[in-house]
Amino acid sequence: MKRHLISAADLSRDEALLILDTAEELARVSERSIKKLPTLRGRTVVNLFFEDSTRTRISFEAAAKRLSADVINFSAKGSSVSKGESLKDTALTLEAMGADAVVIRHSASGAPHRLATWVHGSVVNAGDGTHEHPTQALLDAFSMRRRLGALDGRKITIVGDVLHSRVARSNVLLLHTLGAEVTLVAPPTLLPVSVDTWPCAVSYDLDAVLPKSDAVMMLRVQKERMNAAYFPSEREYSRRYGLDRDRFAKMPDDAIVMHPGPMNRGMEIAAEVADSPRSTIVEQVANGVTIRMAVLYLLLGGDTA
Amino acid sequence: MIIRDVRVLGGEPVDLRLHDGVIAEVGPGLKGAGEEIDGGGAIALPGLVDLHTHLREPGREDAETVETGTQSAARGGYTAVHAMANTSPVADTAGVVEQVWRLGREFGHCDVQPVGAVTVGLEGRQLAELGAMADSAARVRVFSDDGKCVSDAVLMRRALEYVKAFDGVVAQHAQEPRLTEGAQMNEGVVSGRLGLTGWPAVAEEAIIARDCLLAAHVGSRLHVCHVSTAGSVEILRWAKSKGWNVTAEVTPHHLLLTDDLVEESPVGAYNPIYKVNPPLRTRADVEALRAALADGTIDVVATDHAPHPVEDKESEWSAAAMGMIGLETALGVVQGAMVDTGLLDWAGVAERMSYAPARIGRLAGHGNPIEAGAPANLTLYDPSHRAPVDPSSFASRSRNTPYRGMTLPGRVVATFLRGKPTVLEGKLV
Repeated sequence: MKRHLISAADLSRDEALLILDTAEELARVSERSIKKLPTLRGRTVVNLFFEDSTRTRISFEAAAKRLSADVINFSAKGSSVSKGESLKDTALTLEAMGADAVVIRHSASGAPHRLATWVHGSVVNAGDGTHEHPTQALLDAFSMRRRLGALDGRKITIVGDVLHSRVARSNVLLLHTLGAEVTLVAPPTLLPVSVDTWPCAVSYDLDAVLPKSDAVMMLRVQKERMNAAYFPSEREYSRRYGLDRDRFAKMPDDAIVMHPGPMNRGMEIAAEVADSPRSTIVEQVANGVTIRMAVLYLLLGGDTA
Repeated sequence: MIIRDVRVLGGEPVDLRLHDGVIAEVGPGLKGAGEEIDGGGAIALPGLVDLHTHLREPGREDAETVETGTQSAARGGYTAVHAMANTSPVADTAGVVEQVWRLGREFGHCDVQPVGAVTVGLEGRQLAELGAMADSAARVRVFSDDGKCVSDAVLMRRALEYVKAFDGVVAQHAQEPRLTEGAQMNEGVVSGRLGLTGWPAVAEEAIIARDCLLAAHVGSRLHVCHVSTAGSVEILRWAKSKGWNVTAEVTPHHLLLTDDLVEESPVGAYNPIYKVNPPLRTRADVEALRAALADGTIDVVATDHAPHPVEDKESEWSAAAMGMIGLETALGVVQGAMVDTGLLDWAGVAERMSYAPARIGRLAGHGNPIEAGAPANLTLYDPSHRAPVDPSSFASRSRNTPYRGMTLPGRVVATFLRGKPTVLEGKLV
């Protein structure tokens, strides 16, 4: 493994599969009554969160604690960061505390790259601006593999605000590495102008793509996009790109529905669809802890047995 | 004083006699007593003139002062710089432009010609007192809201019309503000991958097209700052073909660097040393800009020297300041991009970096051919020198150069301002 996990593009096919296989082994541990492993005893993992994300933070926290690491939660709110301390000074402070790994969530794309130039420990990107969120892509791949088997040749459809989505970027890269065929579906305003250079197909027509999909991943539509002329209204977005009951019926019987959360029920996804047995949304949360254990284990714990 | 063995615009070796701030004689084997300087076969260029410099004084003396900025200019071979108006306070009154002009007279290692703001406070709402600045001791002729675009079409029209009364020119920072809200880098393949808000080429091109049409309509002079896209070049070529009075500049960095450095560079991804306004574009844009500079569609190389203190660049990308310093590397970059590639000869360099900017800025004492009777503003340049760029050697107070460690050709050996050396053997006098 490399020292950092900043982009899904950092992972070779073998490395990605190693993480997924390691997660499978660790999942078995999670099924035991005593979930804790001693692997990272004495190592320090810092959760450096400049953006509110309780879900992701507690997922990383649980993962580190199950590996017996010491966890320090460093939230930007109420800390020296809100008094104007720079990212560099924060990094040097963590360095002085002896952080073995820093898990960073930041609103600025590229913040983990900058952090990695100032600290010696491993940097794990827990979401940077509109760039990437590689552990989300890993947990999505893990969830898909558990339901669908190997991902080679599988048809995965990602629907929604690709332009601003770090989840979409990481998923396109990782799924391509794993041999899946990705199709992005979005209004043209929510796709990057250069999307034709990405390793995936693009469609504006969700109804045409659904019958050929093994998995459909719905992205959250951010409130601020709704007021910035990316689409005329919430209702129109929902009609054209929302996964409602009728569209759900067009999917193959064994196809699954995914969402990275938090969901706007009734907007990009109907409640019945989100709660259906073919939805992996709750599993994705559980798998998040497992996959993050695997990542920390491989970055900090050295080789697998 | 006699300067021995220099090659004027790269021609045959000659000597130059300087007397009373003027070039007294040009020719081989000049005789005479007194001080002599060995030119060592260096190329003699007319003292360079920068149309676009940020000296940061008053207001940001932590980044640069008139003294350090003009030292930096002298080391880069410049004998005159146009000091941009986005200081604090903004140079939007006769008082502020005269202050900058006086600082230049007092400390300047080159002449400092203040640029006046087009609108009060650069806010794009009300014309600044352009006439008062023109009539002041600073004799302002170039007006610019640089850093901000005069985006209001009516205000731009009025500015273009108004400056005709005193032969002024409006230097436009072409950036449609709505199309570039939150923009971080060139919109293209790299911005899409990096998840950085795109800065579309059309935001520059649309303003240039509009302004060319406005300048033609009111019969005024327009100068376009730091052109950065292939599309802008096409529009300028069309405007010039109509005979309209439009000039344009390109920066050294837009002639050399591309947006993929944001993703992959020796200093890491997302390094804000590459963050600049307008943003670095693509290889195709660089090629179009070089061709346009070669064929005269772009008239001038201007540095857009933009000093920033370390902490304003040592951050995450979106929080960092935009801009790079460029005075001390400009000639080397131009040699590498234009001369060594065969696109421009040294006479062309003199035109683009001295004559044309002096003409556009209406600086009578600068940008004159090296011949008897001309003011002795000279740059001696050794194009065979090769060394990695060492920012710690810069005279500028700031270090935000994208060329750190890069080997650039050439070295300014000496600079003369009205017969007095400001730089000798590469060092400030």
